[in-house]
Amino acid sequence: MINKIENQFKFIRIAISISIALLLAFLIISFVSKDPLFAMYNLIIGPFENIRRVGNIVELMIPLLFTGVGVSIMYSAGQINMASEGAFFLGGVAAAYVSVTFLLPYGIHPVVAMIAGGLIGGLIGLIPAILFVKFKALPVVSSLMLNYISYFLGMYVIHYIIFDPETGYLSSFLYKETAILPKLFSVTRIHWGLVIGLIVVVLGYLFLKKSKWGYAIRMIGMNPNFAQYSGINVGFYILLCQLIGGAIAGIGGAVEQLGMYSRFQYQKLSGHGFDGVLVAILANYNPKFVPLAAFFIAYVRVGADVMARNSDVPIEIVSIIQAVIIVFVASERFLAGWKHRKIVKASQERFASEEA
Amino acid sequence: MASVSHLFHLEIGVRIMSENIKVEEYILSMENITKIYSNGFIANKSVNFKVRKGEIHALIGENGAGKSTLMKVLFGQEQPDSGEIFYKGKKTNITNPLVALHMGIGMVHQHFMLVPSLTVAENMVLGVEPGKYGMFSYKEAVKLTNDISKKYNLPIDAEAKIMDLPVGFKQRVEILKILLRGVDVLILDEPTAVLTPQETDELFKQLKVLKEKGYTIIFISHKLHEIKKLCDNLTVLRNGRVTGTAKVSDLTEQEISKMMVGRDVFLTIKKDVAQPKETVLSVKNLSWVDKHGKRVVNNLSFSVRAGEILGIAGVEGNGQRELTNLIARLEENQIGEILLYGKSIAKQSIREIREQKISHISEDRMTFGTVYEATIEENIISDRFYKKEFNKNYLMDAKKIKNHVNELIKEYNVRTDSKDLPIRTLSGGNMQKVVVAREFSSDPKLVIANQPTRGIDVGASEFIRKKLVTLRDQGAAVLLVSADLNEVIEVSDSIVVMCDGSIVAYLKDAKRVTEEQLGEYMLGIKKQSDEELREVVHD
Ligand SMILES: Nc1ncnc2c1ncn2[C@@H]1O[C@H](COP(=O)(O)OP(=O)(O)OP(=O)(O)O)[C@@H](O)[C@H]1O
Ligand SMILES: [Mg+2]
Repeated sequence: MINKIENQFKFIRIAISISIALLLAFLIISFVSKDPLFAMYNLIIGPFENIRRVGNIVELMIPLLFTGVGVSIMYSAGQINMASEGAFFLGGVAAAYVSVTFLLPYGIHPVVAMIAGGLIGGLIGLIPAILFVKFKALPVVSSLMLNYISYFLGMYVIHYIIFDPETGYLSSFLYKETAILPKLFSVTRIHWGLVIGLIVVVLGYLFLKKSKWGYAIRMIGMNPNFAQYSGINVGFYILLCQLIGGAIAGIGGAVEQLGMYSRFQYQKLSGHGFDGVLVAILANYNPKFVPLAAFFIAYVRVGADVMARNSDVPIEIVSIIQAVIIVFVASERFLAGWKHRKIVKASQERFASEEA
Repeated sequence: MASVSHLFHLEIGVRIMSENIKVEEYILSMENITKIYSNGFIANKSVNFKVRKGEIHALIGENGAGKSTLMKVLFGQEQPDSGEIFYKGKKTNITNPLVALHMGIGMVHQHFMLVPSLTVAENMVLGVEPGKYGMFSYKEAVKLTNDISKKYNLPIDAEAKIMDLPVGFKQRVEILKILLRGVDVLILDEPTAVLTPQETDELFKQLKVLKEKGYTIIFISHKLHEIKKLCDNLTVLRNGRVTGTAKVSDLTEQEISKMMVGRDVFLTIKKDVAQPKETVLSVKNLSWVDKHGKRVVNNLSFSVRAGEILGIAGVEGNGQRELTNLIARLEENQIGEILLYGKSIAKQSIREIREQKISHISEDRMTFGTVYEATIEENIISDRFYKKEFNKNYLMDAKKIKNHVNELIKEYNVRTDSKDLPIRTLSGGNMQKVVVAREFSSDPKLVIANQPTRGIDVGASEFIRKKLVTLRDQGAAVLLVSADLNEVIEVSDSIVVMCDGSIVAYLKDAKRVTEEQLGEYMLGIKKQSDEELREVVHD
């Protein structure tokens, strides 16, 4: 009974948060737009208007699956590690290098590229953790610094090692065809990364919520003293989960390159790592909810994009919507009074019937 | 007609009378309070609770009876779902603790509400920071702290960080903090659970002084002798309901405990003479220096054998915590040796030590004993989750764990609706039962029990003490540290007394020890000779 109310409540809270965010978006749009209704229509219905746009949502969602799961694992140990950004970027660079320089058969080539991405991503995730465990340096600071290092390192590789002078802009050579991840459906650009991403979600969930390693990681995140007292090797698990989280983000970077691009052409950090933080918060650090959260973020982005192209509202509106939703979803107390009243009523009824 | 108006007058008369009583006699009256927590748990069921001005009123009951909840309602921390509160004759609506404090009601919580990274002085003045023009004057805060600590004779280092203080001192800060606020009604939720007998005596003196000055005190405790000694009246809660109120002087301790638990509780424990076997733990010339350079543990040597309970008596803060933490490897940089089955633990990890069937009940339940936000299940399995028996393939065996945990919840009588609730929803005593359930159920060969029954009601304490004896009879070595002298004497086979980080007495036969005798050693008035002390080392 009570559980039912809890679940209902979670659902309703998210639904209401989203409605409020949309309402707010509408208000703002009314100010800036000559035809707010049309803009709103594009924002909300636009993404579903044709199959290509639905495809866009899924394409945008795929990398977020990886970074969302990666960040969920990293943050579960209480580590505010932002290195997912650098890990994703360098994962992509590593995959680009493998795709450009290696000669490998179909099937094997992307796997090797992803492994390379995962390795470098794991390393990037690991560095702030080592600094924390050894020197008590706060990961939130060191990881942000590290992102710059990752960026310049990646650009160095692109610029000096696999640079293609023919294109006229900063990019790598074309990826070998053997390395490319095939498309899943012919109409859209949705690629095999979706399948890999969903596998990562399932494995991430089992790892974090159902395995002994995940248990240890979560206990450390909630009370490291307790974990230590119980005999859990705190330092080891912190390193382990930052490594795994970084590796997943790195694989994500590789998958994104091999699925969506034919050569490396990022000019700056892509932001997927930071979006992963957003997704992880929305998913309450539970990989189970990462697909939903990632889908939602992608949907809002595509909607804003459609709106910006078809109407007079700038794309930046999307940041506002995102921010509002996160504030509401993350605030425990929002609507808590309503939930409490419902539960009180249910309990009183149970109480009364027990008395009778 | 006449009779009707007569009745009418009578009714008014009664109403006036009862209102007068409220005004004059009861400073505080809670009526028909029902509190339902957000998970649907009904913690208070139509509770009526009245306190007279200038009395010390005991609120007692088993773990989870709803005492803290009722007081949180009074302090404005929880809102009742029905019922009314009258204070000084007026109906009031206490929406939050600031309102309560403003009205003159202050509360010292069972669990500390201090900011660990701030100093004592900073914590003392939180919310009432001294200083001019919006500037915070730290000097002033330190001065205020020192003044109040002198006034109430509760010494404290105003500039120490809270996180560096042992529990007893944290509690002291809490009490001082509320005294600083200048309240009329003091709610003390198990204040003595973490105090030493001496500190408790000191506190009681102060409370009596406060009472004479007209303060009203609500006092929660599981220790019957304290209630007899301190309180005027008592109210008993059971399962969220009031089951009785009485004058304390009309009752014996035995009767009070029966009112609480609903059955006779045996305050003494039956046990056979110990049959000590091989040495399990031996500590040799152990010292430890804290970061201020103080030798907190000073050249300790003793051993504990299988099949015996060695009690450590001592005023809290004389190195017991550091000693048990060193044995449990929570503290590093020991000088001297700690041997487990003859092997030094200096290079061993906590996991390795626990694998040798050592269990440890830490005195600090909130830091080491539990994860506040995790479920009861997650709290119970922390030392065994990785073991083969609880894992299948690469995942934890949810079903097996569930059965295991539910069995323990039943065996240790943890009052809860479900193992999947966060442990923070348990009452203080029930949290302690979870810790004890974990540490006693791993088939231990050495039990380090530091304040195992702290905050636990008489019924459950009896259970835990018996369990310690059972573990001993099954061949475990037990090292029992307790501030409760009665407990040390009752449960232990032999007793060691610690004072200022050193062992000052070894009393071979606990049966023949008196509290007075222990007291003399504890306060450093007497000390045994080195020869006598050497006997505590058995190899
Ligand atoms: N936040 C909460 N959510 C749900 N249930 C709660 C919460 N806080 C307390 N409870 C439940 O309410 C009951 C009463 O708890 P309370 O803390 O008032 O007990 P208590 O009488 O103070 O016990 P103790 O002597 O162990 O401190 C307990 O069974 C507890 O599990
Ligand atoms: Mg309590």
